[in-house]
Amino acid sequence: MSTATRTPAPQPPISDLPDAHQEPVDPKALPASARRAPLGFGVLALVSLIVFAFNAASQTVTFRISHDGDLFRVPDIVLPGMITGWLITAALVGLTVFAFLRVRSGRLTPTWAVVVFGFLFVAGFLVWVVGSARTPSVSLTGLLAGGVALSVPLVFGSLGGLMCERSGVVNIAIEGQLLFGAFSAAVAGSLSGNAWVGLLAAMIGAALVSLVLAVFSITYRVNQVIVGVVLNVLVSGLTGFLFATLLESDSGRFNSPPRLPSYSIPFLSDLPLVGRILFDQSIVGYFMWLAIPIVWFAVYRTRWGLRTRAIGEHPKAADTLGINVNRMRFLNVLLGGLIAGIGGSFYTLVSVTSFTRDMTSGAGYIALAALIFGRWNPIGAFLAALLFGFTSNLQSVLSFLGTEMPSQFLAMLPYIITILAVAGLVGASRGPAASGQPYVKE
Amino acid sequence: MKLELRGITKKFESFAANRDVSLTVEPGQIHCLLGENGAGKSTLMNVLYGLYRPTSGEILVNGQPVEFTGPSDALDQGIGMVHQHFMLVPVFTVAENVALGSESRKGASLDLETTRRKIREISDQYGFAVDPDAVVEDLPVGVQQRVEIIKALVRDAELLILDEPTAVLTPKETDELLAIMRQLKADGTSIVFISHKLREVREVSDVITVIRRGEVVGSVSPEASTSELAAMMVGREVSLSVDKEPAHVVQETLVVRDLTVVGDNGVTLLDDLSLSVAQGEILAIAGVQGNGQVEFVEALLGLRKSSGSIQLEGRELVGRSVRQVLDAGVGFVPEDRSHDGLVGAFSVAENLVLDLYKDSRFRSGPSLKRRAIASNADHRIQEFDIRTGSPQSAASTLSGGNQQKIVIARELSRPLKLFVASQPTRGVDVGSIEFIHQRIVAERDNGVPVIIVSTELDEVYALADRIAVFFHGRLMGIVGPDTPREVLGQMMAGATEAEAHGTDTDATSVPSTPWEEQA
Repeated sequence: MSTATRTPAPQPPISDLPDAHQEPVDPKALPASARRAPLGFGVLALVSLIVFAFNAASQTVTFRISHDGDLFRVPDIVLPGMITGWLITAALVGLTVFAFLRVRSGRLTPTWAVVVFGFLFVAGFLVWVVGSARTPSVSLTGLLAGGVALSVPLVFGSLGGLMCERSGVVNIAIEGQLLFGAFSAAVAGSLSGNAWVGLLAAMIGAALVSLVLAVFSITYRVNQVIVGVVLNVLVSGLTGFLFATLLESDSGRFNSPPRLPSYSIPFLSDLPLVGRILFDQSIVGYFMWLAIPIVWFAVYRTRWGLRTRAIGEHPKAADTLGINVNRMRFLNVLLGGLIAGIGGSFYTLVSVTSFTRDMTSGAGYIALAALIFGRWNPIGAFLAALLFGFTSNLQSVLSFLGTEMPSQFLAMLPYIITILAVAGLVGASRGPAASGQPYVKE
Repeated sequence: MKLELRGITKKFESFAANRDVSLTVEPGQIHCLLGENGAGKSTLMNVLYGLYRPTSGEILVNGQPVEFTGPSDALDQGIGMVHQHFMLVPVFTVAENVALGSESRKGASLDLETTRRKIREISDQYGFAVDPDAVVEDLPVGVQQRVEIIKALVRDAELLILDEPTAVLTPKETDELLAIMRQLKADGTSIVFISHKLREVREVSDVITVIRRGEVVGSVSPEASTSELAAMMVGREVSLSVDKEPAHVVQETLVVRDLTVVGDNGVTLLDDLSLSVAQGEILAIAGVQGNGQVEFVEALLGLRKSSGSIQLEGRELVGRSVRQVLDAGVGFVPEDRSHDGLVGAFSVAENLVLDLYKDSRFRSGPSLKRRAIASNADHRIQEFDIRTGSPQSAASTLSGGNQQKIVIARELSRPLKLFVASQPTRGVDVGSIEFIHQRIVAERDNGVPVIIVSTELDEVYALADRIAVFFHGRLMGIVGPDTPREVLGQMMAGATEAEAHGTDTDATSVPSTPWEEQA
């Protein structure tokens, strides 16, 4: 039930079919995944009851929204920890009951319920975790803006992966693409002294990783997962070796790239909350806001997208209609590399201005998880990446506030969410049917 | 369109799938290619559609020689193909599937509205009732096939290749397809119809070309008799009916009482079913597909939870595991052999001992006796005439009929107390059907109770000593093998035996509950 990626189609008027051949249709015959949604709701509502409600802090929690330079002030959100915890828990339980009743009457849990549930749960968690800190006051704007910034490379990694997977090639090598992109950007940016050259080098570097993936998995039909894993190890080793022999010994020459410019749009960037999140960004951040709708449009609204989805679902069908499956896959994998490379440049041209060994530290795998969590949809992948970015940012913010929660546990959060997401607790993900299968023309 | 094939030869390494095939399809003609599975019909059509390059020979369209490097070339020449396994993307809508490969565009974006309009036009013209926005995987098989036909027609196909189009259809859908074919023909479309079902072929074709072992055996008119056509296909006279002695019924050893199966969603799939089968008789279960036959067989084998009682020689089987049921002496041929009956990647030899690996003939301690397995394979391959390159070939490389022979050979290679075969000859060529039928009858004559599930009435009549008719999970009655087709047909549509015989039959002369009479 991938309602997020497919618009439900009206049932066709099949009037001339004999009744005898039709199986009796029972309204309760929902797919198993549909019945899991209320179950997931129930588990989370229980967590909310035990943690957010019973263990709520008694202090009031303050979320600051406006900052000194803002055009106008928005009052801070001040919430009593205990009452908010109980109210949110009540709402979550209510939604769970609603979802159970829907499924029992044979209908799907509506998407809005999932969204509202997710929002309330995150809100409940925030109130609880900030409430338990020594200083129960946090800047919501800073929290969100930091989260968005951290999710930029994840989004590009996911979009790059999407190009590959939608055309039927599993891309485990996102990690390698990000890392090699970051490395290429650092070296090329340093040597040329131009950040834009660095950005271009990041894209080409990641596309080189794609090229190896494409040659082995498409041309030579080696198992795509294995090629991807090997590539990640290879890139890690190669960049690590070059870092130790070259970059560290002469970091002035090889490892001090200039930073890509940041722009804050006058007036708009001074709006409270959204100003800092949307209109005060590095150039790569703006690229991200452009890339998401472009990729979405390309995948769902263009001829290229239709063909790409076709070769990822049923390559032989596409072949019988005159589409060159393997050539198209090859080009899409390269294109995916170019996109992932932009994400790689974020590490060495935006975030910091030097390369360090294995600096992407697993972001590629998180990007892959975001892609699956987001059901292979650009917008879904973006939202999932945003959630992961937000969680990592929350971890660092909370350690400043001095929460009782061990930071190791917070560091685990993105991965726990990933496992829950990938396990399909929030509704089963159905990927492109032919993903991972090489296409062999008879 | 007039299409000619001249001396087409297609070789795969040393094996010639087609040898010097020539045929001509006149405009507005339904030209049937008749042949057994593996005779080379599909290969020939893939050559014609540009999926394969011919080793030699030429293709002429309206008298002009053409060369196809891919399907798009064939499409450009007005040749469309409906593949046996549909070439539709399941998660796409009808419109997306039809548009794919020849999309119209508005600027950068896709213009599906034009495609939708074309689909509606064709759908109205031929009465297809296809909604352009329906998702293909939600559609019944018959409708999916119409989508394939629309795909070809939207591309202005003047010649349509239908590769075994009726293999996946119900009898009613088949009749509808034949009507569509006649209508297409009336509109001037040429059709190449590939099939091995003689009745359909004779009903709809203008010319029949018979292919055997990759070569054209001859062209005949549809007036030729069924046995003449069958003889041409297999190269020798085949008996479509099985020679069998009357059953020597010994003792009822399988007794099913009040068997009920309820599905996961609470629907009753099998309703209080009672029947019994005696040693030395074949009970055929007839019915339209999806009326409880699958559930009955699965319950029998322990694959499905059921209530009631199944007693085999006095031992209760309900509640036993599949392993225990098999050990009780039940041999089982599943409906879908490639999915449930075989492991395609395993060798023929391995598949022949798939459920016998615990047998002391093939096992010593934890290890398998490789030599015994190999000699068993040689023995069975010879006994059952399984045509394979080697016992070590992967089972999936064999033709359907030979795969089925592997399953049957395996199930019959141990002493049985009950033999159950579901659709034993579905998708199997005529020559193998005859052989498989003979083996089933031989098993009966050994004194084994046999249950055959088949949706093909011809097969039911050929094999049955008694016929049980299922409808909506209920037993409509058990009748003799000489019951007329019309009566059986009405029972399959939900009439009891008495109702099926009609009002003019004296109710007292017909047992209203035949299974009580049998018990």
